[in-house]
Amino acid sequence: MTVARPARARKDSAPPKSGKKTRATGGNASAGAPSGRGVTGHRTGLLESMLRIRRFEERCVELYSAARIRGFVHLYIGEEAVAVGVNEALTPEDAVVSTYREHGHALARGITAEAVMAEMYGRTTGCSGGRGGSMHLFDVSRRFYGGNAIVAGGLPLAAGLALADHMRGQPNVTCCFFGDGAFAEGEFHETANLAALWKLPLLMVCENNLYAMGTALERHEAQTDLAMRAASYGMVAWAVDGMDVEAVEHAARRAVEGIRNGTGPHFLELRTYRFRAHSMYDPDRYRHKAEVERWKERDPISLLTDRMRENGELGDKQLARIEQRITDEIDHAVEAAERAPEEPVEHLLHHVTSSSAEAVS
Amino acid sequence: MGASETHEATTTYREAMREALREALRSDDRVFLMGEDVGRYGGCFGVSLGLLEEFGPERVRDAPLSESAFVGAGIGAALAGLRPIVEIMTVNFSLLALDQILNNAATLLHMSGGQLPVPLVIRMTTGAGRQLGAQHSHSLEGWYAHIPGLRVLTPATLEDARHVLAPAIEDPDPVLIFEHGSLYNVSGELPSPTAPVGLDHAAVRRPGTDISLITYGGSLPKALAAADDLAAEDISAEVIDLRTLRPLDDATISASVARTHRAVVVDEAWRTGSIAAEVSARIAEEYFYELDAPVERVCSAEVPMPYARRLEEAALPQVADIVAAAHRAVD
Ligand SMILES: Cc1ncc(C[n+]2csc(CCOP(=O)(O)OP(=O)(O)O)c2C)c(N)n1
Ligand SMILES: [Mg+2]
Repeated sequence: MTVARPARARKDSAPPKSGKKTRATGGNASAGAPSGRGVTGHRTGLLESMLRIRRFEERCVELYSAARIRGFVHLYIGEEAVAVGVNEALTPEDAVVSTYREHGHALARGITAEAVMAEMYGRTTGCSGGRGGSMHLFDVSRRFYGGNAIVAGGLPLAAGLALADHMRGQPNVTCCFFGDGAFAEGEFHETANLAALWKLPLLMVCENNLYAMGTALERHEAQTDLAMRAASYGMVAWAVDGMDVEAVEHAARRAVEGIRNGTGPHFLELRTYRFRAHSMYDPDRYRHKAEVERWKERDPISLLTDRMRENGELGDKQLARIEQRITDEIDHAVEAAERAPEEPVEHLLHHVTSSSAEAVS
Repeated sequence: MGASETHEATTTYREAMREALREALRSDDRVFLMGEDVGRYGGCFGVSLGLLEEFGPERVRDAPLSESAFVGAGIGAALAGLRPIVEIMTVNFSLLALDQILNNAATLLHMSGGQLPVPLVIRMTTGAGRQLGAQHSHSLEGWYAHIPGLRVLTPATLEDARHVLAPAIEDPDPVLIFEHGSLYNVSGELPSPTAPVGLDHAAVRRPGTDISLITYGGSLPKALAAADDLAAEDISAEVIDLRTLRPLDDATISASVARTHRAVVVDEAWRTGSIAAEVSARIAEEYFYELDAPVERVCSAEVPMPYARRLEEAALPQVADIVAAAHRAVD
């Protein structure tokens, strides 16, 4: 059992300094870069994925202000490295269970901006047919099982997906995202024990952004060393710098490899930070602006672009091209959502039981 | 009760349920049973005794005391294509899994726009009568019947105990089966083989013309006994076994009331907000002008179930209470 100690929770929740990252069992974070694209191509891919999420979320702010989308909307800005880095370690056969802060997970998994945007518009073309909204994105064809807005509520279900693979001898991994807040829920602890007891192929990804709504980690956990606590269940647990996408990817790949080798569930505590308020309703009164600004110095996108520029892997023109591509994609998603049909009210009772509507193929 | 019997065997409700589990495990390798003490212990009420030896620990899976985790795991396994049967020791403990049952099992199909049916069966014991006090005796199946997306079954006969499981597993949506603790030792002749029983219909357990006694689960034997007593007084009571609390079989209920023009609803749950309240409201809405008397209800007293025998008996619907209610309606 390996436990890398996370950086101690500081009173002012300061970000770790560059170069002094908490990371999985040492090793060069960038050593994980796989794929036939080579390191540069791979990094460019990571960058584009993170930028897509960032720009998508920024557009959500605009659309929310313009009252085009409604409901509870939780933005992922600042945490992009987590979804993108972890997703690199997964195959299409693996399963993903997520939270209500899941636009980033969905986009990283390959659900199109168009399908996610349409869902937020409540349109039939949305990835949940307009019945889910921002917090309930689903795509069974990508084994993306939501979109769970009960804190820790996705964990037992993820254990079940993993159990099915385990019982059928399939080499898949189920990846479950959840926040630091989930650590105070019984469902987290029940699932950690069950998964470790049954050696389930479960990757538990804790996005420790240091807050559960307005309650700071040290105000909701008696012991803030989350990786250590996870390890106490008898599973491999690492604390990782969640702002460094390559460190995240490296740790996730190692964890997934361990899981596929049959060593049971692995736990990653990814130390990250949300730059925006908890949701659109949150006036963000519980933390200092200065704290947010300090964390923005470790913006996961700047960290990667700086690294790439230093290595001569990224020029202004190339970055502009990527940005343009993403802008076009999101423009298109918004236009398509604006035009997309709304579900007729006569279909209100569809999908309550399987017999209450046409099955979806 | 079955018509097409070839030979009859004496069995108990417990054995009938066990036989149903055995058949399900034998006939479909996607099926597995999971819950607290279902394996080595043999099931806390002995239902799954012997199944571990026959099917092994993977498919008769002892779970830790984590109702939320193992019910949720059942949901996830069902999503992934297996056909889990999850056993919860009693309905009171199911409250620790309520999040998974309501927020996941019942809603995933809808929230996902039809992408995620949850073919899961959850079995649990319900009801009082065994002096188990206020944390092991309640009848909360009516709460579950409140929830769209679930099917709620209350097998009350040997035949239903033996035969509702197979169609429940076939159902693409979550099915909750409530087994009343007082029924496990009921024994009798089980016609075999019988045609599969459906899940959509209530059953007329005893035909009658003067009054409808509408009930389910552990109250069925009491309603039948009350009908016997009433027959001795020349009152012909029809006994309806709801069998399925969600969706309710309105047609069978209304056909009976149309015949008898009087109804007593017998429900071991508390009266307030109960299935008895729902059935009474539906009768009033649809058949108000058919009724010759107000609908009567016989429910449990509004008290946490007391331990002392005299008090528990006083809290529960009894045969005499049903007879008295029928008199109020008929007289
Ligand atoms: C069981 C439950 N309790 C409360 C809430 C309300 N709520 C929504 S998000 C949240 C904070 C969760 O924090 P965390 O798990 O750290 O995730 P984060 O929002 O930081 O990503 C709370 C309290 C909820 N959705 N579910
Ligand atoms: Mg948090």
